[in-house]
Amino acid sequence: MTRLMKHRLFWPVFSLLALIVINTIARPQFIKITMRDGEFYGALIDILRNCAPLMLVALGMTLVIATRGIDLSVGAVMAVSGAVTLTIIDGSSSPGSTSTVLVAILAGIGVSLVLGLWNGFLVAVLDIQPIIATLVLMLAGRGVALLITDGFITTVNSEPLNFVATGYLFALPFALFIWLAAAAAIAIVERRTALGVLTEAVGINPEASRLAGVRSRGIILGAYVASGTLAGIAGIIYSSNIRAADANAAGDLIELYAILAVVLGGTSLMGGKFTIAGTVIGVLIIQTLDSTILFLGVSSAQSPVFFAIVVVIVVLIQSPRVHQWGRALTGGFRTRPGTEVRNDAEVTA
Amino acid sequence: MSTTTVTAPRARLASYSRTFLDRHSSMMPTFAALLIFIALLIGAEMHFGNFLTPLNMSALLLNYAYLLILAVGMTFVIITGGIDLSVGSVMAFTGISCAKLLGEGYSAAVVIPAILLGGAAIGLLIGVLVQYFDVQPFIASLAGLFLARGLAFVVSLSSIRVENESVLWLQTTRWRFGEWYITPTGILALSVAAIGAFVLAFTRFGRTVYAVGGNEQSARLMGLNVARTKVLVYVISGVCGGLAGLVLTAYSGAGYPRNGIGTELDVIAAVVIGGTLLTGGTGYVLGSVIGVLVFATINTIIAYEGAEQAWTRIIIGLMLLMFIVVQRVIVVRSERRR
Repeated sequence: MTRLMKHRLFWPVFSLLALIVINTIARPQFIKITMRDGEFYGALIDILRNCAPLMLVALGMTLVIATRGIDLSVGAVMAVSGAVTLTIIDGSSSPGSTSTVLVAILAGIGVSLVLGLWNGFLVAVLDIQPIIATLVLMLAGRGVALLITDGFITTVNSEPLNFVATGYLFALPFALFIWLAAAAAIAIVERRTALGVLTEAVGINPEASRLAGVRSRGIILGAYVASGTLAGIAGIIYSSNIRAADANAAGDLIELYAILAVVLGGTSLMGGKFTIAGTVIGVLIIQTLDSTILFLGVSSAQSPVFFAIVVVIVVLIQSPRVHQWGRALTGGFRTRPGTEVRNDAEVTA
Repeated sequence: MSTTTVTAPRARLASYSRTFLDRHSSMMPTFAALLIFIALLIGAEMHFGNFLTPLNMSALLLNYAYLLILAVGMTFVIITGGIDLSVGSVMAFTGISCAKLLGEGYSAAVVIPAILLGGAAIGLLIGVLVQYFDVQPFIASLAGLFLARGLAFVVSLSSIRVENESVLWLQTTRWRFGEWYITPTGILALSVAAIGAFVLAFTRFGRTVYAVGGNEQSARLMGLNVARTKVLVYVISGVCGGLAGLVLTAYSGAGYPRNGIGTELDVIAAVVIGGTLLTGGTGYVLGSVIGVLVFATINTIIAYEGAEQAWTRIIIGLMLLMFIVVQRVIVVRSERRR
């Protein structure tokens, strides 16, 4: 049991399960999943579907944070990719054809890849602080998106596009498969090759890893490119869900929620050790919390208060000073002083 | 013979200017911002012909008084190497609280100290998280952002009109000097900037702020009170947020919980354009004032031109980029010299 509690994912998983149990007690239909026309429906399925944009953004953010960076521009990138994709579909002669939608989606993802490359260039090559380097695009990006859509909210009605966010595949939402694929791809690339270890090395000590022969520049650049690309896909899912490109509302505050999800999952903002599974659970916690708050009848505008409380609790749990207090409290019961000094360097698999 | 007499003064001049640049390299970005501000004004005047009017220039201060107040508080935080994302939300929270309390019949003499205390309390929370719990300023002030924004909506979901005489007086009074005019909110903003500049440049606390930003470890070893200073800068920023809430409420004649979404970015951009380094240790309140003026002028020009408001964001973003690259070059050069 104690070994289980020491596991880095113990608290995130525990919080998620606790949230689900509380919800189920408050409203038994929460846990219920029904089958209709060969498709699953239910509150849990909704959570798995609606979390897709945040999930993609948070996965990219995890990689960036692992390199000791931060990407504030993800919301703006979402707005741009949504604007590009929907403007292309809107302007084409056959908005309903699959090939048009595919081309438009690829264009949207391509543009966000370039935006990610731009962020990476500023951080890795020009050596500018990540917060401020990505702030540039955060400010300018929404302006660009507004210019693309001419300041209007572009609405389109296109079957293949709607499918991205609301369609079903094998009785489950298609959006679920998108984020599962992204999470699996990142996990395989980072953990089955040396890339993950190198990323952590860059995050823990960029100078030392450079001296050790790690090409930190390319790794940092790659992290921002991944973050931009994933944000671009998230933007397309978001636009597909509301069937419109809204340059102001798309991805509003998502950078903050994504950072919160990454931290909730147990990745430190100081860079270095990161966990993809933790981020996935962090996003699910946020989405479940969101659904809980909605159920409690709190106006969605007031929900930030809850998130503020969650952020404070989470950062306090991670804080060294609180650990000290905890040790001082439990120290009274322990007789062996040696157990108190624990090596934090766990093997990351 | 004749060549030496010519080159000697020139060489001396060059070495003078080099020493000047060396000694004041931290002021260079601020000078650059000032030049850009002047260039913007001249360019706009040449383009529109009727831009540099006293009425326009007075309106600049009037419309952006809240931004100026926020930028002064933010300058303190950024010089210590921190960041405060909560300012826009704090402004919304204190603004809507102000309107609500006034609506319930409390006098302005009670309400104004109350909202300043409210701003200070959120600042204190952020400061304590940063200093005593080792939370990164970004995350701690993010919690402050969420908290203040949510509380603003708890106070009221819709906008509340203000009918209190003394608060509206802040905005409606116009002291005129010929064509120029200034409102009490403008005076308030300028005094905040003056006090901020004085405190930062001439007091023990101000020097400590620079020392903490330059090298926290050294500041601590020198026996400076690092903990108190770091908490206090967030409290100052919170109080500035409260004051900005008051000014904005007076300006718009109403409190609105959606005010100031994204304002924290405008404030950070203005402070950075004004020459304050985000790594901490250097920066001037006066620079932030210029940064705000640059920001305000760009906004006004775009409104004048009748262009898409989208351009504001793009231009501010590009300018931010230019300034950080310039700052980066300065930092790299000073590091190389060492």
